[in-house]
Amino acid sequence: MYDIGKYQEATTVEEALRYLHDDPGSRIIAGGTDILINVREGKDMGVHLVGIQRINPLRKIIVNREGTLSIGPLVTFTELEENELINKYVSYLGQAGGTMGGPQLRNIATIGGNICNGATSADSASMLFCLNARLHLRTKESERTIPIQDFYLGPGKVDLKSGEMLTEILIDRIDYQGFAGKYTKFSQRKALDIATIGCSLMLKIRKNIIEDLRLAYGVAAPTPVRCCNAEQYAVGKMVTLEVAKTIGMKALEDVSPRDSWRGSKAYREQLIQELAQRAVMELLDQGGKKDA
Amino acid sequence: MEFRIVGENVPRKDAVAKVTGKARYTRDMGMPNMLYGKVLRSSITHGRIKSMDIHKAESLKGVVKVLTPFNTKCHNFPTAGHPYNLDPNHQDIADRNVLTDWVRFYGDEIAAVIAEDEFSAKKALKMIDVVYEELPFYLDPEEALKEGATEIHEGSKNVVGHNRFTLGDIDIEEAFDQADFVYEEVLEVKPVQHCQMENQVAYAYVEGNGRLVVVTSTQIPHIVRRILSSALNMPVGNIRVIKPIIGGGFGNKQDLVLEPLVAMMTLAVNGRPVLLDMEREECITSTRTRHGARFYMKTGLRKDGRIIAKQLKVYGNGGAYAAHGHAVIGKMGGDFYRLYPAEKAVEYESYTAYTNCSVAGAMRAYGTPQITFAFEAHMDNIALEMDIDPLVLREKNMVQKGFVDQLTGVPILTCGLPEIISKGKEYIDWDKKRKQYSAQTGDKRRGVGFALFGYRTSTYPVCLEIGGARIVMNQDGSVQLQMGATEIGQGAATVFSQMAAETIGIPYEMVHFEEFTDTDVVPFDPGAYASRQCYVSGKAVRKAATEVREKILKRASGMLKIQQFALDVQDGNIIRADNGEVLCHVGKIALDAFYNRTDADTITADVTEVSDTNCIAFGGCVAEVEVDIPTGRVEIMKVLNIHDSGKIINPVLAEGQVHGGMSMGLGYALSEVMLYNEKTGAPRNNNLLDYKLPTLMDTPRLDVLFVGENDPTAPYGNKALGEPPAVPSAPAIRNAILHATGVKVNKLPMNPQTLFEYFCAAGLI
Ligand SMILES: Cc1cc2nc3c(=O)[nH]c(=O)nc-3n(C[C@H](O)[C@H](O)[C@H](O)COP(=O)(O)OP(=O)(O)OC[C@H]3O[C@@H](n4cnc5c(N)ncnc54)[C@H](O)[C@@H]3O)c2cc1C
Repeated sequence: MYDIGKYQEATTVEEALRYLHDDPGSRIIAGGTDILINVREGKDMGVHLVGIQRINPLRKIIVNREGTLSIGPLVTFTELEENELINKYVSYLGQAGGTMGGPQLRNIATIGGNICNGATSADSASMLFCLNARLHLRTKESERTIPIQDFYLGPGKVDLKSGEMLTEILIDRIDYQGFAGKYTKFSQRKALDIATIGCSLMLKIRKNIIEDLRLAYGVAAPTPVRCCNAEQYAVGKMVTLEVAKTIGMKALEDVSPRDSWRGSKAYREQLIQELAQRAVMELLDQGGKKDA
Repeated sequence: MEFRIVGENVPRKDAVAKVTGKARYTRDMGMPNMLYGKVLRSSITHGRIKSMDIHKAESLKGVVKVLTPFNTKCHNFPTAGHPYNLDPNHQDIADRNVLTDWVRFYGDEIAAVIAEDEFSAKKALKMIDVVYEELPFYLDPEEALKEGATEIHEGSKNVVGHNRFTLGDIDIEEAFDQADFVYEEVLEVKPVQHCQMENQVAYAYVEGNGRLVVVTSTQIPHIVRRILSSALNMPVGNIRVIKPIIGGGFGNKQDLVLEPLVAMMTLAVNGRPVLLDMEREECITSTRTRHGARFYMKTGLRKDGRIIAKQLKVYGNGGAYAAHGHAVIGKMGGDFYRLYPAEKAVEYESYTAYTNCSVAGAMRAYGTPQITFAFEAHMDNIALEMDIDPLVLREKNMVQKGFVDQLTGVPILTCGLPEIISKGKEYIDWDKKRKQYSAQTGDKRRGVGFALFGYRTSTYPVCLEIGGARIVMNQDGSVQLQMGATEIGQGAATVFSQMAAETIGIPYEMVHFEEFTDTDVVPFDPGAYASRQCYVSGKAVRKAATEVREKILKRASGMLKIQQFALDVQDGNIIRADNGEVLCHVGKIALDAFYNRTDADTITADVTEVSDTNCIAFGGCVAEVEVDIPTGRVEIMKVLNIHDSGKIINPVLAEGQVHGGMSMGLGYALSEVMLYNEKTGAPRNNNLLDYKLPTLMDTPRLDVLFVGENDPTAPYGNKALGEPPAVPSAPAIRNAILHATGVKVNKLPMNPQTLFEYFCAAGLI
């Protein structure tokens, strides 16, 4: 039972922006896998929805001449996982998306919805933090591009202005070229579950020395977080198990996990260290080694 | 016994209907002009309703009526699907009413809205203003039983039930004094939920002739009928209960959960049909759960590993209403005593306490998974302390063929335990791996573990065990098999049809079984619970089928002018018993029975059979695990359930039954638990995101093996199989974790957070 007050469906970005502008309280519905859950729970009763599923340009994944990857917000996680460009340049982003829910969910849930929903547990978010993704946002009257770090304001809160829509997710070449990456979702179940901790790691190694390392977590703070202390420590180090362990320990300086009935702070801290350490060693084995 | 159809993998009667979506479940039906009900559930855990304002809700468009505890009248009723007990001292506790002004758990039913559509009903719920006066609440049974605790039911002292027995020649303390080794510990299991796929759903209406009809997804249609009669003060004969195809029950539907309310609703609107369809969130908090329990266990052994004394005290968490009363926790005593009989003395004492948790009731294997976890864990802890192989310890103590249960008088005539152990050892390569994994270091460690159990097939002699069957022969020689025993997805329709076909001598396809159970049509049978139907109701099938077969042969003898003893029915034909010569098809006999001008007498049988025997099914599980110590995650590498359930009537169906039970057992072991907010008593995880029912991705390959011999007390050699598969996985996995890590995990579930805490405490992290 869904209490939906009004539904309008757009076929172009401009039309959608107009609907949003003319009906300020209205909300975008993409795959609906977050928003309809809320409506069913009675949180957004009588909600006005603007459907964007038929805006085909928002489903594109392209690379421009400078090598900047542009991912449309309507790209589903199945599409992300299967897309050639994604697999060529940022396969680990597709891999992160592959940990979402189950196959049915991945066929409908979108990357844009995942980000705009603002959950710290969003499985695509921490990797996009590592990738320094930028978000292109438009209203009927204006547009802007901001780093994803600035978009996340707090638990379930994002910097989405009234009438604003996410139209593109941008990743520059320098943010992916030469990196290996891995997303580790630790959840109680192997499918249909929320992460206890999500750990995204990107690693660039030359002659066994860490040239660049990017580490971000979901559920380790109210929003996804990058671990600057761990990253700074890592650069220039020779990869050993000791170094990997220290990276995990350093990560603790950048996070602030909570004690909750879903998992204790102590346990989440244990996972934060352990997952980083394992990911570093695994990427080392798997070709993080290969010279960029 | 030689069987032709029993033991064969005939296809399920409902297979095609289910895979093509044609099977009709309660929600697929409904009535024209139907109204929709929704229940207002309490948003406190324990307290009284001081006032309730329904004016706004009543005036909402689409709302037909709002029921409250103040404007409805209904007798208190018990909810358990037990046969009625003629002795008033042994009847189930009638502590429930349709709506209550005394809230006893978070989610208790305090008002109900009837509306033209579900949406308006749901909206109206938000418009009811309730003022509560809160009372202290208890989530733990021992807290609730403390002197001076606030009573959850007046005069109860929060005791739902208590029992105690001692067995043996000497006093338990004396026996402990004689022991070389005494081991004592506390173990604990938490409440979990059935999560059957189809939530509770029912609709009710009053026929033009004034009879009340309730269509409901229940395991116990005839019992629903009787309890409705006492709740509504209406003659049983005026009530008709219909059970459509069911999407699972696992005991959750062996209770009346929404039938009295939905009946009340239709009566409140002049008999217009009203539907009540529970949502998953409601189903998790406000139906039934598996009892949580704490076990205080003490065992004394001789140096050689023989158990001479066993003592157990159990505190069961009964939740907010009695439901099955003390039956579940009380039953654990038999399981505790029987599997490893002590040489000198046994003492068992148990309490079921009222608490302010969701109501506990029947759930697949009715207490046995809990006690089996506790005792099988205890056995491995003892084995570790005494430095004995856990299977050697079991072999020294386990029950054997010829044993007579002193509590019930039931003898054990068949017992597959030795074969279960030998086959399990072989499967997992026990001796080698016990050694190989004994001294591991590192992050990932492996272990193997075993657990055994015994399971009584029916409830005899604790309860009456009665079954009914009617067989009506059609004009083509096929038959209608009609039973009050219910198909709830377990395959009852199929196996009963196999039994009838076997005994009559006709092909399986010639037995028709209507899966809609209609109390106006089918003979009395209490329904699908325990693991009773194949055994108890199977006896009724055998009796009715034997009668039909006799009637066929008698008529055939007259028609063919051959003496009856020289004839047989086989594969749908009348044959000569000595050489198998086919004489005619049963259809010919049937037609004669219908239309013979001088001697028409249709072939039917309508029987009741009271079962005054019982038998014990046995089983075990053996598992190999890999424990990831730093993350607390357990990976199951290999797992096998072995069952001695006597004759297996349909191996493919039986294997499916075991897979389902193992999956339940794995969830019980590693992830499932109902959580409550300690401060408010509200449920934390009444949805399938936070209630960690395992998915297919979490499920390893499940291996199944059947062993054992036909049980002579059973109609077709069969013993319990419905519930036993859910019993042994949790303790087997637990014991494998012990082997891998040396850490005694004495509680369930063993989820990563819990194991992390255990491993920290043990210094492994
Ligand atoms: C069964 C199930 C399992 C799930 N499992 C996971 C999981 O494993 N991991 C995980 O991270 N999440 C999971 N989710 C949550 C959800 O599926 C994801 O967050 C998903 O990516 C949301 O995408 P959507 O297109 O369905 O979003 P919608 O529900 O359509 O929208 C979500 C929010 O984003 C806004 N929005 C959507 N698109 C735009 C846009 N272009 N511009 C501006 N605002 C926009 C909407 O207004 C809404 O507020 C699960 C959900 C379900 C139901």
